[in-house]
Amino acid sequence: MYNKKECVAMLLAGGQGSRLYALTQNVAKPAVPYGGKYRIIDFPLSNCVNSGIDTVGVLTQYQPLVLNDYIGNGQAWNLDRIHGGVHILPPYQSSSGAQWYEGTANAIYQNLSFIDRYDPEYVVILSGDHIYKMDYSDMLRFHKEKDAVCTIAVLNVEYEEASRFGIMSTDENDAITKFVEKPKVPESTLASMGIYIFSYPTLKEYLIENENDKEATKDFGKNIIPALLENKEKLYAYRFEGYWKDVGTIDSLWEANMDLLSPTISLDLYDPTWKIYSNNDSRAPHIIGKHAKIQNSMVTTGCVIDGSVEFSMISGGVTIEEGATVTDSILMPGATVKKGAVVEYSIIGESSVIESGAHIGTRPEDCENRDEWGVAVVGHEVTVSAGATVLPKQIISHNI
Amino acid sequence: MSYNMTNVLGILFANSHDELLPELSSNRTMASIPFGGRFRLIDFQLSGMVNSGMTTVGVITKSNYQSLLDHIGSARHWDLARSDGGLTILPPYGRVDSGLYTGKLEALMGALGYIKKVPCEYVVVSDCNLVINVDYSKLIETHIGSGADITCVVASGKFTDKETANSVTFEVDETGRIRETVINRARAGEYKMGLNIFIIKKQLLIDLICDLIPRGKYNFDRDVLQAMTDKLNIRAYEYTGYYSRISSLESYYDASMELLDPEKLGKLILKKRPVYTKVRDDAPSKYGLSSSVSNSMVADGCVIDGVVENSILFRGVRVSKGAVVKNCILMQDTVIGKSTEVSNIITDKNVNIGDELCISSAKGSPLYIAKKRTL
Repeated sequence: MYNKKECVAMLLAGGQGSRLYALTQNVAKPAVPYGGKYRIIDFPLSNCVNSGIDTVGVLTQYQPLVLNDYIGNGQAWNLDRIHGGVHILPPYQSSSGAQWYEGTANAIYQNLSFIDRYDPEYVVILSGDHIYKMDYSDMLRFHKEKDAVCTIAVLNVEYEEASRFGIMSTDENDAITKFVEKPKVPESTLASMGIYIFSYPTLKEYLIENENDKEATKDFGKNIIPALLENKEKLYAYRFEGYWKDVGTIDSLWEANMDLLSPTISLDLYDPTWKIYSNNDSRAPHIIGKHAKIQNSMVTTGCVIDGSVEFSMISGGVTIEEGATVTDSILMPGATVKKGAVVEYSIIGESSVIESGAHIGTRPEDCENRDEWGVAVVGHEVTVSAGATVLPKQIISHNI
Repeated sequence: MSYNMTNVLGILFANSHDELLPELSSNRTMASIPFGGRFRLIDFQLSGMVNSGMTTVGVITKSNYQSLLDHIGSARHWDLARSDGGLTILPPYGRVDSGLYTGKLEALMGALGYIKKVPCEYVVVSDCNLVINVDYSKLIETHIGSGADITCVVASGKFTDKETANSVTFEVDETGRIRETVINRARAGEYKMGLNIFIIKKQLLIDLICDLIPRGKYNFDRDVLQAMTDKLNIRAYEYTGYYSRISSLESYYDASMELLDPEKLGKLILKKRPVYTKVRDDAPSKYGLSSSVSNSMVADGCVIDGVVENSILFRGVRVSKGAVVKNCILMQDTVIGKSTEVSNIITDKNVNIGDELCISSAKGSPLYIAKKRTL
């Protein structure tokens, strides 16, 4: 069977996302709900499809059940293809032994045979941690124009934030001269977005070499990119402008959801030319009851809302009873807020129940000591009993 | 008694009763009339059949079926894209000498090749103007257990002149056998009314078609149910769940508005028996700072900056700042302009109502605005 593809995408979706605590206790980070009806992985997957990349390997390792179930045969993203399509790639046992994915480079190394099946010229490496819309075909064109071996998408960040990222120095042609992972004193503000395009033959060479190096940590940022630079290979920075958000922490996940409610945000989910696909459910449209009051919020299918909702992201199948108040919060799919409960500046996990009179989170202005304030989190499938309180910054993963 | 629901063929009439709803069916079939924010009428019966374990469904069409084809696609949204069976659209079988069919039996005659071919033992035949969630496995079990030749699904209740005037009512004896069939007679009272769903053994259906058609008998209600009441064991199965029958623009409006009651909606769209439909990948709906919405059903992709009360908003509806929408059904991608007030209207898809207008109609007789109109 003739299977050749010019470009194959490999999506690293095996990370635990430990900084999301209770929200990634049972699900991998890319499967964390976002924006009412999406999961984080919808963004890189939809970007692939919209960029004309129809072959995507999704590398899973940590808690893959929800993710596997969600992706299914890829039909929701039009990735159920005769040639290519989406493939889930978990670690496997081979004649030389069984091995977990140890680092990003090792994960790709272990799946070289998958990539080889498609005999591609280029491989796009993506991660399932970011919310953004990007045309990878533009980046690929840039990669070809520069005749690069590796192109890294970069974003100009604030100097104060730069030490959280992989930071690049470039010459006047955007050729990368230096790459430092999370520098203490950043030399520039060009941050890696975790999106790489490699010319495949060279990537394969370096991955095999890196694998043979027993000292290496087998990571793109720590090993592969420095090795390429050392050998004077052509690396280029592809400048991206637009909305891009890492949703790896409780605060950034909350902010990224609130960004969708902002009128000035540049991430347009309503753009018919760059749809973000998701695995749609077949629930009825949502019902707004007689006592409901909704302001500046997003609501999706299957919800029944009869309480007050302001500045909140309400996912599918959520119930908010009469007299309940939800402000500045994220309610993940299937959550229930009963009569008289108050939810403020919180994230409520999937299928969790907030019984009547419970109080989750606090407004920053109601917090005496501002240092104690933060977003409160109730994990997935947790019941908060009547009258109970969850303090700001508190993270609940068991019934209280 | 042993049977398997994959042995049951579903036949849906996409066009039956089109004439009752001329406004909404001028460009589409009864089956593809949008309903309940994101569904089309056919979704309810199709989903009911699929949820009951049926895997073979034929949809008989007559005219205007482009929107139906678009909606059904490969039928994968209903799990009916299958290597065996699945969903088959049965357009009129064009012979040079034949016109369009006039009766149900004639329509079934046109699909006879298909009916003969599918490896099913029983057939469920239904119209599409029903908003209903039937568990067909119970129905088949009853049909086989009772030894009936034909089982008609009926609903008991008090009906008005208007309701009985375009439906079949039955007199049923204490054993459940139908003794008298009354067709389209206006007679207010308490009856068992036929829901135009019946179950029959496939071979008997084929025999009836082949026997009656050559003798010019095309009408299933008259030539089978009524004429053969004594000859065949025709029985009634009482459906006690939630349903509405769409037989006019008013009943379409009323049936839509009933969905605003979460209790009724919960009876129609059950967690264990969901209603499937074609998806559109809209973003969630956005409520702006100046919005005020109460007692309404809102599908995905809407952007609401105005006031909405007692209304149903389909996917992608925009209600601009200062606009007031009351008691309306606004279909897909309707735009209501700034400071415009509308009440008691039904807008078809892609209607664009400009700024600072006021359009309203009396309660009980909703005003219909046709597809793609700009006001």
